[in-house]
Amino acid sequence: MKLSNDELNILAILEENHRISTETIAMQLNMTEENVHRTIKKLEEDKIIVSYPTLIDWNQIEGKETVVAMIDVKVTPQHGVGFDEIAERIYRYPEVNSVYLMSGTYDLSVTLEGKTLQEVSKFVSNKLSTIDNVISTTTHFILKKYKHDGVVIEGNDDDDKRMVVTP
Amino acid sequence: MSMDYEQYLSKTAIDLKPSGIRRFFDLAASMEGVVSLGVGEPDFITPWNIRDEAINALQDGYTSYTANAGLIELRQEISNYVQRRFDVHYDPENQIIVTVGASQSLDLAFRAIVNPGDEVLIVEPAFVSYASLVLLAGGVPVPISTYSDNGFKVTPEQIEAAITDKTKAVLICTPNNPTGTCLNKEELTQIANVIQKHDLICLTDEIYAELTYDDDGFTSMASIPGMYERTILINGFSKGFAMTGWRLGFVAAPKEMVDLMVKIYQYTTMCAPHMLQRAAIEALQNSTDQVEHMRESYWRRRNYIVQALNNIGLSCHIPGGAFYVFPSIKQTGLSSEEFASELLQQEKVAVVPGNAFGESGEGYIRCSYATSIEQLQEAMKRMGRFIDSLK
Repeated sequence: MKLSNDELNILAILEENHRISTETIAMQLNMTEENVHRTIKKLEEDKIIVSYPTLIDWNQIEGKETVVAMIDVKVTPQHGVGFDEIAERIYRYPEVNSVYLMSGTYDLSVTLEGKTLQEVSKFVSNKLSTIDNVISTTTHFILKKYKHDGVVIEGNDDDDKRMVVTP
Repeated sequence: MSMDYEQYLSKTAIDLKPSGIRRFFDLAASMEGVVSLGVGEPDFITPWNIRDEAINALQDGYTSYTANAGLIELRQEISNYVQRRFDVHYDPENQIIVTVGASQSLDLAFRAIVNPGDEVLIVEPAFVSYASLVLLAGGVPVPISTYSDNGFKVTPEQIEAAITDKTKAVLICTPNNPTGTCLNKEELTQIANVIQKHDLICLTDEIYAELTYDDDGFTSMASIPGMYERTILINGFSKGFAMTGWRLGFVAAPKEMVDLMVKIYQYTTMCAPHMLQRAAIEALQNSTDQVEHMRESYWRRRNYIVQALNNIGLSCHIPGGAFYVFPSIKQTGLSSEEFASELLQQEKVAVVPGNAFGESGEGYIRCSYATSIEQLQEAMKRMGRFIDSLK
């Protein structure tokens, strides 16, 4: 799909901060608010904008800490439907955050979130590895998140180190 | 024994006008919670690939001097860049010098061309250092005032009227600091005709060349027919590549001028820092996308602030480049300095009074939009409240 400049510019703004008002977007792009509103609606309908998630650092909140694992899954593709059907069986579980089909030594990359190590392990052994056509799983627990979806979790690059007035 | 220092010090230096920005900085820096539209530099940190190369260069031990004019690899990249972006060719061997910021390029250029009493025409409002640099080189700065009614564009007639038999050079800055005004090809050609007719030199400060927002793009004075041989082109990494603190600029000019500038440079500075020059090669080779990303971001913020200022009653032309807007505050009845200092005290918003950039800047303020959209929104809210309080 080919998008107009206005559409591309709106996406660039929303990707950085989707809570910005349509008025501010309109002023930045010399568009009317009405037009911005309509354009965003169209991008949503076309599924160009898929959703507006919020990145939350749950691990800072007492009692809300989570354990995240990335699991390499090898499967035998099923006749006729290939990997898609197995992927679907996996991604339907709410504790599964993401499922990707990969090139290389394994087939599906699954990100899994749980409250404890045991919870994640149990899911892998009881649910994931028992699915037909899953040959093997390798579980990697994430020890620390440095950067997620383009956002640095900790770090001081954002501090303004400039002097208040310069020529 | 107390010394009377004045008799020991340089009269030329003493007589230089103190920067109008300095005083303002001291005031703003002493306050908490200031939203600053006073910063004349990008709000982006230098792209990581460039910073990473500087780290590598240090690790690899690039800590020695380089050739006076800079690393030949970097001069080659500058040559390629200027060819690619501005369509002019400079020989990396003998037409380009890597300097410690574009400010030093300006200093070298004035020292290389000015004889005592030579006049240099400076289009104002202008960057604060031009006039002082001309004086330090022994010349006489001659301001040409421009006004908002034609978007702060200098006309060929104005230049012609300012020329005397002592005029040596004309300094053009496009896009301009503080007005953001860009001169297009046609306007440059008209100015070039006057410069050629009177056999003058043109210094063109193009430090904001990467930050232009109009559809017809940026035209370098050096690319105008007949100007190459009489133009000193000044540019650098500070603005477009977000590398202000690195102090890396360059100057490109006819060989005879560059020879002389290199001679001055070798006695005054020797060379730009070696490890930073290596990182600058990376900047020119691999940062096109990031430069474009920053440009688009400034463009959006320009559109926002121009509308927001007009909405709160400060009329403002749409600048074609840089990251400044230069709205009029005349209807408030305050002088630029009164406006700026009362705004700072009442609402803690820092702007730069227009008269810091020359007499014709009186009645205006410079607002830099190189700050986040959230900060701009906050600044506009506070400025709107300030304007209302004056009514």
